[in-house]
Amino acid sequence: MLDMPPPPNAGGAIEHRLDYADGNRRRVFVTHIETPYPKGRLIVSRTDTRGIITQCNQSFVDMSGYERGELIGQPHCLLRHPDMPSVAFRDLWETVQAGRQWHGYVKNLRKDGGHYWVFATVVPNIRDGRIVGYTSVRREPSRERVAQAEASYKEWIRS
Amino acid sequence: MSFNFTVSPSFPAERISDWYIFNTWLQRSLSIPIHLELHDGFDAQRAAIEAGQVDLIHANPFDASLLVREKGFRAIARPDGAPDEMVIVSAQGHPALAIDDLPPGTRIACANDPCVNTIGRILLEPANLGADNTVEQQRGTYIQVAKDVLRGQADVGFLPVGAYRGLSSLVRRELKVLVTSDIQVIHHVFLLGRDLHARADDFVRILLSMHETEKGQDLLSALGATRWQAVEQEDVEFMIDIISTLTQ
Repeated sequence: MLDMPPPPNAGGAIEHRLDYADGNRRRVFVTHIETPYPKGRLIVSRTDTRGIITQCNQSFVDMSGYERGELIGQPHCLLRHPDMPSVAFRDLWETVQAGRQWHGYVKNLRKDGGHYWVFATVVPNIRDGRIVGYTSVRREPSRERVAQAEASYKEWIRS
Repeated sequence: MSFNFTVSPSFPAERISDWYIFNTWLQRSLSIPIHLELHDGFDAQRAAIEAGQVDLIHANPFDASLLVREKGFRAIARPDGAPDEMVIVSAQGHPALAIDDLPPGTRIACANDPCVNTIGRILLEPANLGADNTVEQQRGTYIQVAKDVLRGQADVGFLPVGAYRGLSSLVRRELKVLVTSDIQVIHHVFLLGRDLHARADDFVRILLSMHETEKGQDLLSALGATRWQAVEQEDVEFMIDIISTLTQ
């Protein structure tokens, strides 16, 4: 996965290096700017069994800050924010690979280094008894739940 | 042998006769006997499905999940146009200007459409409102839902966009929309039960060409569409996967 280029206003952005479970690393630049979740929308995407994005709706494109062509074919962890503990994603993968649904609060990284919070549900796409991919649907979380998740994730990262 | 056809009861009441005309057109086009049974509500329809009394159905996305995954129905087409969306409304004079303004104890008027109600509940989540801190008042029709809101007997009402637009302009002026769903990806679909799978190609052929005649266009228009679009089984499987994430 390509490193994130420094945003034009890189003065306010903080550089992080993300280490993924598969051994890949990525440099990202993060700002404190939060994009509000768009009212009434669901963000929908689909990946293959390796987590490569194969399909997404317009809300996914809009919120990510990328063009659709920049998203399709990329690993879903393109949206991973350094404030998210890796244990959350480990739990996600273990759950869906076992054929079960996973849900949780997620802080996603935008192309511009900003972020947005979602309540995400991920389901395995089971066809003829076999997992052929995963569908993720995100909805708007309450601010109270986001605050709780944010506090927990900080604690998880520290420990 | 006559086949039983039904339509998810979420359509506006003024379209009842149009569905009967559609059924007559379907029978003549296919030269097979089809009996249209319009059920009073979702419970009656579900009971008919469970009793094996449905062979073909124009189903809402939630019923499609059950029918495809558990009953072996096959999706063949869907009406084009806007996907299934809903609105949450309050009375013009209600103090809430947005969903976030709604407090615990909010009274919700809704019909018994599981699709509309599930999406409505999701749109209330940002205000931390759930089944445990709201009061739900189920009504028989969407007109009654609007009346409850206008009379102050409910703080908000759940309405499909089609039903909201079908209200008189006078009623709509007295309501304000707090949020409109923009789900984009869920639709009604036309499904065939196992006994009709062998005729699926015939159904697809006549439905997809329906808009090519003036009579077909008129009928589609009456049903709120301009044409039928082909649906691949995987399209519906994907929609069902999405639905399954909404019912948590």
